[in-house]
Amino acid sequence: MVHSPYLPNTEADRRAMLAELGLESVEDLFRDIPEKVRFRGSLDLPPALSEPELLTHMKTLAGRNANASEWALFLGGGAYDHFIPSVVGHVIGRSEFYTAYTPYQAEVSQGVLQTIYEYQSLITRLTGMDVANASMYDGASAMAEAALIACAATRRKKVVVPSTVSPEYRETIRTYTAGQRIEVVLAPYDGETGTADLSELEKLVDGDTAAVLLQHPNYFGCLEDPEEVSRLAHGVGALFVIGVDPISLGVLRAPGEYGADIAVGEGQPLGNPLSFGGPYLGFFAATEKLIRRMPGRIAGATVDKDGDRGFVLTFQTREQHIRREKATSNICSNEALNALAAAVYLTVMGREGLVEVAKLCLHKAHYTRERLSALPGFRTPFRAPFFKEFVVSGPRPLEELNRSLAQRRMLVGPDLGRHYPELEGSFLVAVTEKRTRAEIDGLADGLGGLA
Amino acid sequence: MSGKGYVYKNEPLIFELSAPGRRAYSLPALDVPASDLAEVLPEDQLRREPAALPEVSEVDVVRHFTRLSQRNHGVDLGFYPLGSCTMKYNPKVNEVVANLDGFTGVHPLTPEELVQGALQLMYEMQGYLAEIGGVDEVSLQPAAGAHGEFTGVSIIRAYLEDRGEGHRHKIIIPDSAHGTNPATAVVAGCRTVEVKSDERGGVDLESLKAVVDEDVVCLMLTNPNTLGLFDENIHEIAEIVHEAGGLLYYDGANLNATMGYARPGDAGFDVVHFNLHKTFATPHGGGGPGSGPVGVKKELADFLPVPVVRKTGDRYFLDYSVPKTIGRVKSFHGNFGVVVKAYAYIRSMGPDGLKRVSEDAVLNANFLMRKLARDYHLTYDRICKHEFVVSGVRQKERYGVKTLDIAKRLLDYDFHAPTVYFPLIVPEALMVEPTETESRETLEAFAEAMAAIAREAAEDPDKVTGAPHTTFVKRLDEARAVRQPDVAFKGDLEEK
Ligand SMILES: Cc1ncc(COP(=O)(O)O)c(C=O)c1O
Repeated sequence: MVHSPYLPNTEADRRAMLAELGLESVEDLFRDIPEKVRFRGSLDLPPALSEPELLTHMKTLAGRNANASEWALFLGGGAYDHFIPSVVGHVIGRSEFYTAYTPYQAEVSQGVLQTIYEYQSLITRLTGMDVANASMYDGASAMAEAALIACAATRRKKVVVPSTVSPEYRETIRTYTAGQRIEVVLAPYDGETGTADLSELEKLVDGDTAAVLLQHPNYFGCLEDPEEVSRLAHGVGALFVIGVDPISLGVLRAPGEYGADIAVGEGQPLGNPLSFGGPYLGFFAATEKLIRRMPGRIAGATVDKDGDRGFVLTFQTREQHIRREKATSNICSNEALNALAAAVYLTVMGREGLVEVAKLCLHKAHYTRERLSALPGFRTPFRAPFFKEFVVSGPRPLEELNRSLAQRRMLVGPDLGRHYPELEGSFLVAVTEKRTRAEIDGLADGLGGLA
Repeated sequence: MSGKGYVYKNEPLIFELSAPGRRAYSLPALDVPASDLAEVLPEDQLRREPAALPEVSEVDVVRHFTRLSQRNHGVDLGFYPLGSCTMKYNPKVNEVVANLDGFTGVHPLTPEELVQGALQLMYEMQGYLAEIGGVDEVSLQPAAGAHGEFTGVSIIRAYLEDRGEGHRHKIIIPDSAHGTNPATAVVAGCRTVEVKSDERGGVDLESLKAVVDEDVVCLMLTNPNTLGLFDENIHEIAEIVHEAGGLLYYDGANLNATMGYARPGDAGFDVVHFNLHKTFATPHGGGGPGSGPVGVKKELADFLPVPVVRKTGDRYFLDYSVPKTIGRVKSFHGNFGVVVKAYAYIRSMGPDGLKRVSEDAVLNANFLMRKLARDYHLTYDRICKHEFVVSGVRQKERYGVKTLDIAKRLLDYDFHAPTVYFPLIVPEALMVEPTETESRETLEAFAEAMAAIAREAAEDPDKVTGAPHTTFVKRLDEARAVRQPDVAFKGDLEEK
């Protein structure tokens, strides 16, 4: 006998319902499954746990993970330990939001729709772009979809990507473009600066190029020259797609100002916890011209029958549920709750707060780099300006360094050798506003002893 | 003030609440020497004007979003029979455990020996899903159902290419399929071929035979399908497709109907995706996040995205060495936070509980279907699985009341509407999925509302066509939202 708090039908209910249906047993409801494919065994899964047992088990599993509440994480590579204001968790914990789904019935979904509209507005203000959608799965898939949109818009089949774009993004772009036989051309980086080699890039970008994809700050944390890459791309009629760290936009110029056609990025830093890699959100913003090619949901303002303001899903003829094989993307469920978290975060931080967060990151990162580069045996190989993350090459493998740092409950990384063999022995260090001077000095002390 | 109770009818936009100098944040002072901004950042990279974000106090933020939340239907407020979406109740304990610091605070690139708990959870989850789906290996990486579809089809294409059959480019899709299936096929670089449904609502075998050939990549099938009907010919369908050298893809959106009763892997499906946000009770978040793990038979395991979680001895690790991997479909390891909730759900239900879930989901659907069939046209009159489709054709033909009107009128009865106008093969479709977490009383109340609306359609059609009458906003003008696009607020910017 199964007793579950989530199953309200009692045995008496079941009997009564079956009787009303003129059936003898529940089995009769499964007669349409042919015997050949009928599963007759019992699923080999662990037996049910009661709520207290479940809590104990889950706490045991959670207890075996180094986490940001007890560790000073200088880890980067696309996910960052930024501060999340308490209000964010409070709002996304409202079950009117989190137990809803895509707002198909607008009249009873004004909460979700208005928050999406506000989220889109916040993202356009942050990026300086005209329009934004309601979210993509993450930064990597957002950039991959941007590549597909660029190919569709230009009717070309090649995208050029400098190797300073995150390796995980590049792998995602490859998977997304493989089926459509889109060529992904890798452009090298300059080993001195740690940024895309512009003269090499210029040679690879031509009249067949649908888009140049850049990340800024790039995977090494270095600032690229987006203005120049934008010019390069537009010079051959290609689109310029940029991936940005939203926090950096507190101090760095907005993509709209240097001519980006599509601006995407990982929205995790905006109020979303690290969560071992997800759920995060990809933000996706573009110029007005591209609105009918955008992937995913878009909320728009309109009026109701009485002339009052209200919000609906709009431009739905782009989407799979209307256009099927002619849709601009196959995305359906997105990362709405993470986008809501981002909207609340940007609202809480506001005009001044985002600048302040960005500056804290910037100053602390620069202080950290100064401390680490002064340590014997450690070098910071790239000289391009950076924001909150930078490359360090150490005297020993990262694994060893981290094993020692772990005793101080600190970690740096990831290692760069796996994706950049020439950078064997180098790793990333990311510094958010959460890192204190004591932690940074502790990191320098910890590493200093390992030369 | 007007409208319902003490809530403002029109909640202003957050930008309209902004006042210069207000703040809702609190950050520590800088505790390291400051760098000179002009020195460390090139002049032409500096943002000149801060982004025009709102300036509000914390009270403003909380009231604004709390009020907005009250203008929204959710499972916690009431019945949400949105077909194909499995809007079941989301257990609170799963929210609690997913919010443990040991899960939320974990960086995805932490050294493996320091995240053994997270890896163990993922490893076990891969195993549970493989068992439930009857497949050999599972990747947790895809972020939603459609993402799983793309991953699965990419795996199939890579597998075929590896066998020297890269020329195959046709994906067969039933006319009842969800829109993501054909859209996925095209993103993956394939052409779609539609196959008709037969009079019992299943794949028409003759039409299928007519379209399979040496160009077929796969057939994408939801089973039970979007009509809520189990395809009784699934065995024959699998044979036909396999004989032509194609594979079978299972869209797992409807797995809630058959747990413990049928496993897609046993029925001949080669690749399956699971929707953790449907079958495994994770909340839908107002549109996401979801999670769409993909399972495959062992012949296809070499093509899974990386990394996969594996175990040697008692140590769990991320395996990046999948020999012919399709690569990645996103950063890191999938929507872990969603996986935690689904894992907790499976552990709290156990094998018998999951089977009971499917039983009650199917029982509830049949019970409700029979009640609605009194007033609404039932296109396929047979036992349904976890959902069913009725049609508003009668109401439309006789009284000029469209299915959209019926959906809107339901909102006045405090119910969310079913999915409407889908699947496309049923005119004026109302697709109803009650789920197992609803009681008999709720189903009866919903049936009564539907019956009342049917009466209204006959006696007072304007009441239905003018609905909703009691919501915060009345029926919204969707055409205007396209004609006069306004997708980002500019009002406060123009003032300056
Ligand atoms: C039958 C079916 N297939 C695929 C999907 C797509 O799933 P997701 O929204 O998780 O991408 C859905 C979701 O609504 C569905 O109902």
